[in-house]
Amino acid sequence: MAEPLLQTRGITKSFGALKASDAISLDLHPGEIHALIGPNGAGKSTLIKQIAGNMTPDSGTVHFLGQDVTALDTVARARLGLGRTFQISALAMDFTVLQNAVLGALGARSGVMRFFLPVMKDRALLARAHEALERVGLQDHAATRTAELSHGQRRQLEVAVALTLKPKAFLMDEPMAGLGAGGSKRLTGFLDGLRAEAPILLVEHDMDAVFALADRISVLVYGQVIATGTADEIRANPDVRRAYLGEEDAP
Amino acid sequence: MTRETYINAALSLLLVLVPFWAWSTGQAYILTLCTKVAILALAGVGLNIALGLGGLVSFGHAAFFGIGGYAMGILASHAQTFDPIMDWPILIEGTKSMPMIWLVAMLASALAALLIGALSLRTSGVYFIMITLAFAQMLYYFTIGWPAYGGEDGLSIYVRNSFPGLNTLVPVQFLILSYVILGLALLFSARLARAPFGLALSAARQNADRVETVGIAPYRLRLVAFVISGAITGLAGALFADLNRFISPTMFSWHTSGEIMIFVILGGVGRLYGPVAGAALFILLEHLLGGVSDYWKIFLGALLLAVVLFARGGLIGTLAGREVAHG
Ligand SMILES: Nc1ncnc2c1ncn2[C@@H]1O[C@H](COP(=O)(O)OP(=O)(O)O)[C@@H](O)[C@H]1O
Ligand SMILES: [Mg+2]
Repeated sequence: MAEPLLQTRGITKSFGALKASDAISLDLHPGEIHALIGPNGAGKSTLIKQIAGNMTPDSGTVHFLGQDVTALDTVARARLGLGRTFQISALAMDFTVLQNAVLGALGARSGVMRFFLPVMKDRALLARAHEALERVGLQDHAATRTAELSHGQRRQLEVAVALTLKPKAFLMDEPMAGLGAGGSKRLTGFLDGLRAEAPILLVEHDMDAVFALADRISVLVYGQVIATGTADEIRANPDVRRAYLGEEDAP
Repeated sequence: MTRETYINAALSLLLVLVPFWAWSTGQAYILTLCTKVAILALAGVGLNIALGLGGLVSFGHAAFFGIGGYAMGILASHAQTFDPIMDWPILIEGTKSMPMIWLVAMLASALAALLIGALSLRTSGVYFIMITLAFAQMLYYFTIGWPAYGGEDGLSIYVRNSFPGLNTLVPVQFLILSYVILGLALLFSARLARAPFGLALSAARQNADRVETVGIAPYRLRLVAFVISGAITGLAGALFADLNRFISPTMFSWHTSGEIMIFVILGGVGRLYGPVAGAALFILLEHLLGGVSDYWKIFLGALLLAVVLFARGGLIGTLAGREVAHG
């Protein structure tokens, strides 16, 4: 298998007595969707934050593109090409949908210290922003104020902003939440194609989406990865059934 | 054109008509009041970049207002006594030239804003408010104990500084000069808000995580905004000193910081013309109510409370409705 693009080694993080990450070692290879599943409070978002640079692990390292990025902050990791969507939408709520997308395009291009020319008339930025909105199906909402979007649409916008960055890897924290059946299906189809552009570390509760999409699945329980494997391996894994799937599937 | 644009245009017209009427009927006092409105509005335009666009609640903008004022006072006082500011290692003399004074005022306040911002922007919320306040108070006490420039009593400059081609002692000429500068600052501020920098700064105010995630550091944006903001308020300080031909430590006091903030809040935080509307309303109230009662600031306080509680967009926001995201 090709060299992993993104790698965590022994990531450990405690909140007081609670071990939210317990020696987590994961990797993400080019072209794959690696799903991270686990019950609420298992530590999925905490891991994403440590990979994205919002939180520093107590120990362990994060490697991205062959480089140790553990000491880099979020901004530096984003500039290296780590695209991220939040579980709880982090968008500029007073902006229009288009402005949020343009912000992403602006971040991808250097030159934010420009003080005179109107940013919303910059053809290159607009083209990139519109393209991303179109890809997630928000093109008709470009002029809508972000605060007026539904939760599902905010998720889509999160994905669109990440797309404007043309990142080398995606970290997505529950992008399907609040989308509804139709929206989930659409986004599932979209992510399926997206993996060819950049691999995705996907935290998701929607099991249909996970089993449909994931090349590999890792199961996180109480901060520990208890299994990693293909969808079939995970379905068949007795530990997983007991610890996680079993709870939901119990007759 | 949005409704806000019409309101801004109406306000501009009013601010031109009032002095025109005062000038044609020979009421110099009204001209001075209008000049004061323009200069205080300019200080507010400066603060509004930090507060309105950047969400940085600085309670220490008196620092920049005062530095601008003292830049004028120091340069002009040395010029009027023909006593150089220093003669070693290089000779630096005072000046009575406004453009020179403005340049020094803006550079000095920008430098101060860089230092104060670099330290205080590492904090946020109440800590940021307190640290900016503390820096301004430090300068306030420093100038009180600085006898070379009048200490507690302040310092008078006998003749207003000069501007090429104008007689600045004629009230209407100084008024026009102040108006032009305010106009330029508004123009700059409007462009800034729509520029890439303004978009990113505004996004950082709304959600810093979002900005970091697209690879832009909020701290740098805020620091640059704070420096620009301080420089504009510093320029207002220099003009204010020239209007009064007097500087004193009061320019640095927390009352001054509070008043600049009141202009912005009364007029509408983050609204282009907010500081203009706020400063005009403030001076109008001071003029009308100040004559009726010495306690007019109690009314002002009540009004401010009403604005904060019921009219979040201030005067402009109440008239124009919710801000439309500019496209
Ligand atoms: N900043 C924090 N401080 C203290 N506890 C936290 C913090 N963030 C998360 N936790 C705790 O860590 C555990 C894992 O949380 P999280 O990563 O959000 O789980 P998940 O995303 O898998 O639902 C939870 O018990 C949560 O309460
Ligand atoms: Mg989570």
